[in-house]
Amino acid sequence: MAVELEFEKKPKVVLAFIDSLIMIKRSSLHIIRNTDQLLGTFFQPIMFLVLFATVFGGAIAPGLPAGVDYLDFLMAGIIVQTVAFGSTTTAIAVCNDLQKGIVDRFRSLPMANLAVLNGHVISDLFRNTISTIVMIVAGLLIGFRSGASFVDWLMIAGIILLFTLAFSWLSAIVGVLAKSVEGVQWLTFIVIFPLTFASSAFVPLDTMTPILKAFAENQPITHIVEAIRALMLGTPAGDHVLMAFVWSIGILVIAVPLASWLFRRKTAQ
Amino acid sequence: MPTKEYAIEVNQLVKSYGSNDVLQGIDLKVERGTMLALLGPNGAGKTTTVRILSTLLKYDGGTVTIEGNDVATDPDKVRSVIGLTGQSAAVDELLTGRENLVMMGRLYRLNKKSALARANELLEEFDLVKAADRPAKTYSGGMRRRLDLAVSLIATPPVIFLDEPTTGLDPRSRIAMWNIIKKLMAGGTTILLTTQYLDEADQLADRIVVIDGGKVIAEGTAQQLKSKVGNDRLELCFVDDKAFAAAKKALGKTVATSDEKEHSVSIVIKNTNEDVKKALDVLSANNIMVSSMTVHKPTLDDVFLSLTGKQTATPKKEAK
Repeated sequence: MAVELEFEKKPKVVLAFIDSLIMIKRSSLHIIRNTDQLLGTFFQPIMFLVLFATVFGGAIAPGLPAGVDYLDFLMAGIIVQTVAFGSTTTAIAVCNDLQKGIVDRFRSLPMANLAVLNGHVISDLFRNTISTIVMIVAGLLIGFRSGASFVDWLMIAGIILLFTLAFSWLSAIVGVLAKSVEGVQWLTFIVIFPLTFASSAFVPLDTMTPILKAFAENQPITHIVEAIRALMLGTPAGDHVLMAFVWSIGILVIAVPLASWLFRRKTAQ
Repeated sequence: MPTKEYAIEVNQLVKSYGSNDVLQGIDLKVERGTMLALLGPNGAGKTTTVRILSTLLKYDGGTVTIEGNDVATDPDKVRSVIGLTGQSAAVDELLTGRENLVMMGRLYRLNKKSALARANELLEEFDLVKAADRPAKTYSGGMRRRLDLAVSLIATPPVIFLDEPTTGLDPRSRIAMWNIIKKLMAGGTTILLTTQYLDEADQLADRIVVIDGGKVIAEGTAQQLKSKVGNDRLELCFVDDKAFAAAKKALGKTVATSDEKEHSVSIVIKNTNEDVKKALDVLSANNIMVSSMTVHKPTLDDVFLSLTGKQTATPKKEAK
């Protein structure tokens, strides 16, 4: 053998961390190489933003509080919707890995297997961050203005990141459980579509029927949208910021161990 | 390093799915630095065995040690001494050949420098230098299989599992794969190969274990197995009744079977070179014209027919 091989001699925890970094790099390369998905990352948010603002803007504006522009109102909602849909790529990626047998290869290596999930979730976070930034820039170009301070923006970033992470882990669960990629798409569609539309993401809640309104007021998307919206518009946030964190952290506390447990169970047959 | 002479030891391995007994007490011993071929039809339990030996699947009974490490109690140690390639392994399609190699090398705990150097060495060795920076999804079947094998060699593990490495390959790629495997053997790697093809086991392996229905039904060297089944046969066809009759008479005792309608006789050959020449010499000495000749090698079907009395095509459900 011509090449002298040197092995890493580090504590197990450090090695497991390195495994996660390697997997994050892998999943991130997937995002860059997957051209269709990359187009989605850039153009889908812009398309939604422009369509909603121009198509619904005029009709919804009268129902908004005085002095609030629909584009400014919409921004928070469209970001959360994009991120919620974006998080489903974790499910697709996890499902793909399990179907294609590459997880078997990873399992035959002396690596930390959960790094596979970490890789997909974290790279999803990168992708959603890019989507969000693209959307905010596009928004600014077509007239979105915010009075938020730097601290407010940090808070907004924190809420969005935590929410993305929470939904990506939920999505990882779907990816482990699903039997096919088509199944993933269908499942995420029937969960995330109602969740984002039956919320205050696009319209004020006042015009909804009482039952729908009660649902919308108490589900995570509304809290997260309202928290971001209040910070962007400089209006009182009530308990929305607190509830946004509570929901995201609550989901993480349940979803991370559950996804890991399911992944281990699925791969250790 | 354990000093025992066997790199792989399997005793009374049992695995079942519900009432379906996939493995019913398999025994395997592979001496260090040799190749054992696990030969059997689809559903015989080949892949199940490899998956258990490579820590991917739990088993219900028996013991399995790889380089002295128990698969059940010390899977991490086992994983650092094995490489797995074939049906049940895979490469990342969106990553390039080089990226695949480096990534897997790092996951084998190689440091960055070693992983990269070894990746380059393997790309060279496996004739993948030109394709090194293209995503693996653009590779042909043969290239992908070579990359797959290269990936499992990235940390030069002493034990390699090759799960049907040439199934589905065209003849040229198949021979290229065989040459790579032969080189690997020359380097002293212990190899467990599964295959459906007797000639593949014959070409490559030191010893062959034939399994069917989750049981070992025969084992030995290729020569030993073939003599159980019968040897190669030379089939000769003649132009007419006269030539046929003359040939039958001239060849005498060596004729194993004959077919008057087809004007053909077959003779058993043990050493292809000598025996064919001998037969042809006899025929030309008697001025008998041969219209065609073929050498028939015993196939897996022949082995199976003689060992179990049934054809190989008995597909059962095998664990994925």
